[in-house]
Amino acid sequence: MKEFTEKILQKAKDLGASYADVRIIKGANESINIKNGKVDALAAASDYGFGVRVIVNGSWGFASSFTVTDEEAEKVVQQAVSIARASSRLKREDVKLAPVEPAEGHFESEWKINPFDVPLEDKINLLLDADKIMRQQPEIKISEGQMNFWKTDETFASTEGSYIEQVKIESGAGIEATAIEAGEMQRRSYPAFGGDYASRGYEFVEGWNLVDHAESIAKEAAELLKAPQCPSDTRDLILEGSMLALQVHESCGHPIELDRVFGTESSFAGTSFLTTDKLNTFRYGSDKVNIVADATAPGGLGSFSFDDEGVPAQCVDIVKNGIFSGYLSSRETAAQMGWESSGGAMRADGWSRIPIIRMTNINLLPGDWTFDEIIKDTKDGIYAAGVQSWSIDDKRLNFQFGTEVAWEIKDGSLGRMLKNPTYTGITYEFWRGCDAIAGKDEWHLWGVPSCGKGEPMQTARVGHGVAPSRFRNVRIGVMESQSSESEE
Amino acid sequence: MTNGNGKLLGQERLQELAQKALSFSSADQTQVTIGIGQNSLTRFAGSIIHQNVAERDATVAVRAIIGKKIGFAVGNSISDEAIKATVEKAIEFARHQQENPDFVSLPKPKPIQKPVPTFFDSTAEFSADDRAAAVEKIVKAADKVNAHAAGSLSTGYSEHIIANSLGINAYDADTSSTFTTVITADTGFGYAQRISSDITKLDIDKAADEAAKTADRSRNPEPFEPGEYDVVLTPYCVEDMVSFLSWMGFSALAVQEGRSFMSGKFGQKICGDNITIWDDGLDPRTNVRPFDGEGFPKQKVELIKNGVANAVVYDSYTAYKEGKESTGHAMGGTGTQGPYATNMFLAPGNATVEEMIASTDRGIFVTRFNYTNIVHPLLTIFTGLTRDGTFLIEDGKITKPIRNLRFTESILDAFSNVEMIGKDLMLCGAATVPALKIKNFRFTGATEF
Repeated sequence: MKEFTEKILQKAKDLGASYADVRIIKGANESINIKNGKVDALAAASDYGFGVRVIVNGSWGFASSFTVTDEEAEKVVQQAVSIARASSRLKREDVKLAPVEPAEGHFESEWKINPFDVPLEDKINLLLDADKIMRQQPEIKISEGQMNFWKTDETFASTEGSYIEQVKIESGAGIEATAIEAGEMQRRSYPAFGGDYASRGYEFVEGWNLVDHAESIAKEAAELLKAPQCPSDTRDLILEGSMLALQVHESCGHPIELDRVFGTESSFAGTSFLTTDKLNTFRYGSDKVNIVADATAPGGLGSFSFDDEGVPAQCVDIVKNGIFSGYLSSRETAAQMGWESSGGAMRADGWSRIPIIRMTNINLLPGDWTFDEIIKDTKDGIYAAGVQSWSIDDKRLNFQFGTEVAWEIKDGSLGRMLKNPTYTGITYEFWRGCDAIAGKDEWHLWGVPSCGKGEPMQTARVGHGVAPSRFRNVRIGVMESQSSESEE
Repeated sequence: MTNGNGKLLGQERLQELAQKALSFSSADQTQVTIGIGQNSLTRFAGSIIHQNVAERDATVAVRAIIGKKIGFAVGNSISDEAIKATVEKAIEFARHQQENPDFVSLPKPKPIQKPVPTFFDSTAEFSADDRAAAVEKIVKAADKVNAHAAGSLSTGYSEHIIANSLGINAYDADTSSTFTTVITADTGFGYAQRISSDITKLDIDKAADEAAKTADRSRNPEPFEPGEYDVVLTPYCVEDMVSFLSWMGFSALAVQEGRSFMSGKFGQKICGDNITIWDDGLDPRTNVRPFDGEGFPKQKVELIKNGVANAVVYDSYTAYKEGKESTGHAMGGTGTQGPYATNMFLAPGNATVEEMIASTDRGIFVTRFNYTNIVHPLLTIFTGLTRDGTFLIEDGKITKPIRNLRFTESILDAFSNVEMIGKDLMLCGAATVPALKIKNFRFTGATEF
């Protein structure tokens, strides 16, 4: 492979590239979807190709192909170079890259059981067993389960002398029960809506004990059909882990992406309220709030050894004692900030896409409470769990989330179940109201396998470590009036 | 059939590959989908090109059926060896599958019509230099109002064949081009998008001017109290609403599973008499696709007729389950995610946007929605924010820009309150739709810009 990458890099230099890198990726995916007692989809995907990124005349060009041959490589390099020359028609200044030490080596993520070696029947039966239990609850009209496994072999080489091979295995699974009755539809999922994922092997799936939780989520979904509507009010809100993980993703992970801050995502995903004048001065949250972007977290879905620019994985401070203190960055945006090195957050969705700034593991560090203590300490609030819906503005300020379920909290005790819970707020006001975070025993690094960004669209697998936390005085029950009217 | 000036492998070669794949299969029924093509995209922001990419990729997808067991495999190499491996993987997976009692058969062949050409050399030949020249024009339009342009211009060409062991052998080649821009004028924003198979029809200049004018007019937006207001929504917003209806309920699978707002409502009124929505993949005003992901011809389906829930779209799996024929809306892939309407139309009215504004005493003009999402699918409640140009209408005139608002609203409630419907239709993604004036649209929150 090294011979192939060297030919490409030499060709790029010969054609005038001041910098070039190439990534060759072989990917495999296995997915199993169960629905209503049947194996809805059993699919295997394989993918192989290479992409070449060049700077010519101070501008970027990128081209890629699924035909991995010397002849095709010549064409692809030429195409990348001619694209870069076209880009240079509209430039203000030459692209500058923050320096990186060239690296060489072979790196593998950690796994105990290779999920591709586990017999299909075992995986299918695990989901079918959970499915059968969910369907014993008569109100459950749709029962679903899924597993996904990925294996990625990636080689990165650059004109600066890096040659890095990385092998990664990622695994995950989840189950969902949907109850439908008389114009009402309610869902509960376990361990998270869409499943939970990690850079681990099949042992990660086994660890969630899906079968043991099938009955309880089916019962909760059924119970929700008759539960009262979440009232429209301002109350203290305690968020369960998977919901809080999405809150971190949307209201912290995206606005700290430096490409958004610099406006290069403005026409699609949007920009960010965390402009560079706010760095190290802006109060993002209460002094209890500490957030890091940690690409080194063991097993994290957003973990790696090197990013797709050959920058080593790092743990970067994002919010320290409530003060906004860092960004997700690339070599180019780090140079624009005047930094000496990139924070290492550039990743591409396979060989056919150019690397862009992506979340790694955006982790809310654990606090010193327990979940039980938080509940006991809450006079009038709700505890909301499970992701139902999400929406946030294009600067990442005004958000509104719906959760699968909530329970009322009165005088320190969990009470009746509430359906259709929603909550809304402004990002920094919400995080400034965070006054209790559970400790490391209740902290979990959730894996989100489907973060969309960029044009052409790229899907990234990212992680969010959180423990249940409390937020004071949050507006809840936004849709209360609509749903009660529609039911009348 | 064009050969795309040598850019395409052509019908004969793809048919040969597909037949070879079928010959490798020992399954009872087999479907093979082979696609190959190139996509290019130039992204610009701050009036410079910051990303410029091209990708050439292929797909070889195989659905193998043994009895009622279905296996699926996909690869991206068209070598004989790789195609054989993909077929074998699909068969291996089918062998390990459980029986699916609801599966009847893959579809049988039916004549396919193609009303208009879908492959344009103008688009396939459009180079990186051509894209840069187009971006220069957009930047100039932004310069005129002292603003910055961001956006993307993409072009692509592809050819694909879908063949099955029952005789389906459907080939097509097409091109696509999309132009999107957000123009930023200090605190003002404007948006425009155009989509066409033929890049010469995009009219980038006019679209860029539209976005620049909106950006210029929306500088210094004022805070505004959320509440119920009459709204004038552009086709960009209306497409979002129609697409969510499709996602939530225009699929036979959603109805069969009881999760569609259409479930149990056929023949009943679900929105205003003035709302008619249909899907027609053969109408030249949309991105024409003569056949679906199973190689079955696209049929026109009237989804909502004068406010009454009328019909949904089918693929072969959902159709055979009800003893019906597919309407040609299979999505391909594993074939289990259900059919989907992707060429929808909302029937035009006779109003202009100017007339809608002129008839409004106090209301809001919305250029575009941002990050819309479903809150409650059966009640068709969705939420999102306004973006890229939100204006107050007073006494029949746009008087000032206002800060973006969050709405939380039932789409079918909103479609029950449509007062005026635009006479011009615009292709905006999955739907070709007019502007709408809607009474009492519910804004539930506000943001800071």
